[in-house]
Amino acid sequence: MAKFAATAQDAVAGIQDGATVLIGGFGNAGQPMELIDALMDCGATDLTVVNNNAGQADAGLALLIKERRVKKIICSFPRQSDSWHFDTAYRAGEIELELVPQGNLAERIRAAGAGIGGFFTPTGYGTMLAEGKETRVIDGKGYVLESPIYGDVALVKALTADKKGNLVYRKTARNFGPIMAAAAKKSIVQVSGIVETGQLDPEVIVTPGIYVDTVVEIAPQAAEGEAH
Amino acid sequence: MSEKLSREDLARLVAKDIQPGSFVNLGIGQPTSVSNYLTAEQDITLHTENGMLGMGPEAHGDEIDQDLINAGKVPVTEVPGASYFHHADSFAMMRGGHLDVCVLGAFQVSASGDLANWHTGAPDAIPAVGGAMDLATGAKDVYVMMSLFAKDGTPKLVQECSYPLTGVGCVTRVYTNDAVFLLTPDGVRVRETFGTTLEELQSKMDIKLLPPTE
Repeated sequence: MAKFAATAQDAVAGIQDGATVLIGGFGNAGQPMELIDALMDCGATDLTVVNNNAGQADAGLALLIKERRVKKIICSFPRQSDSWHFDTAYRAGEIELELVPQGNLAERIRAAGAGIGGFFTPTGYGTMLAEGKETRVIDGKGYVLESPIYGDVALVKALTADKKGNLVYRKTARNFGPIMAAAAKKSIVQVSGIVETGQLDPEVIVTPGIYVDTVVEIAPQAAEGEAH
Repeated sequence: MSEKLSREDLARLVAKDIQPGSFVNLGIGQPTSVSNYLTAEQDITLHTENGMLGMGPEAHGDEIDQDLINAGKVPVTEVPGASYFHHADSFAMMRGGHLDVCVLGAFQVSASGDLANWHTGAPDAIPAVGGAMDLATGAKDVYVMMSLFAKDGTPKLVQECSYPLTGVGCVTRVYTNDAVFLLTPDGVRVRETFGTTLEELQSKMDIKLLPPTE
């Protein structure tokens, strides 16, 4: 049953050193910036972070990397024009990178939440990202065995939650949120608004509350101010 | 045609070749410009891998919404009939063969359709793959848009790619400023040339080129 935290700091309390943290977002869309900032403040270190990217500019995940709190990152696209903190850490050999094609990253996270022990995917077959992995030819097509990515914690941003923890998202800010919420032992969600149970149409709920452990409301004005 | 195609004309040609009613993903960079030449009559639905079908043109001014971006993280718009879905669904739709066409850029393409477009192989480069390998694998047709020759004059449509591969045997057509190539089970067939001839191209390339079919 979802619990409601008063602040982002309360929501992330209890994240342990060495935890694997799934962080939602693609670019700024769906990035749970206040939860990431709270993770920064709570001091947890030696983290494995799963995100599409490896932090941008001088905010959020980039600052966690700058402070060397992330020992390993699993992502699809670390190198960006403003990924200087990752670039520096990587070149210094101070962060481990597991590079995963974006669709394999998403499916590996989905598999974890769905109880799948592994799956054969065509993506990456015959490339250097499949080196050392088990492969199989099925009906004449090559596939690579990929494993699930479980999280100890997921940090997700959604638009609205009800009191049961049911979630709806907004446009392309949905991205990794629903699959990360399902793949972590504890999913922590920041939302722009909370409504009474029954006020969300059951037909439009994207993440059922069964996947949600902690919800914190972050006023959208503040969220936008941080994102820019 | 008597002249090499401009970048705009190349984008126009790719757009014209996409069948009406298709579901299409346009890669970041030059392929994105194809959308400028798709017509309303073609009724093409654009997919963006960060979770949307029915993507409209780039957003400007008041239209800009930070929750509505494309795979290149550029603010875009939605068209009537658009839909949103999470990342795993978005790539399942691609991997599952539901997209008709994907248009990508490339460093190299091999005669058998291998694609190299994600990594130069430079040992000190920070690798980044994004959705490139998924895009290469999933669509029914993968069209590549690129220059036919590198700056040093070496052809980029080759017998075997020297750059790290993105996908194996996935490319079906290559659109260049000099010619359009169809990668068929018979070999590489020249569909049309622009400001050059099959003979001239053959003299500059190391792969066997087949003439256009009637």
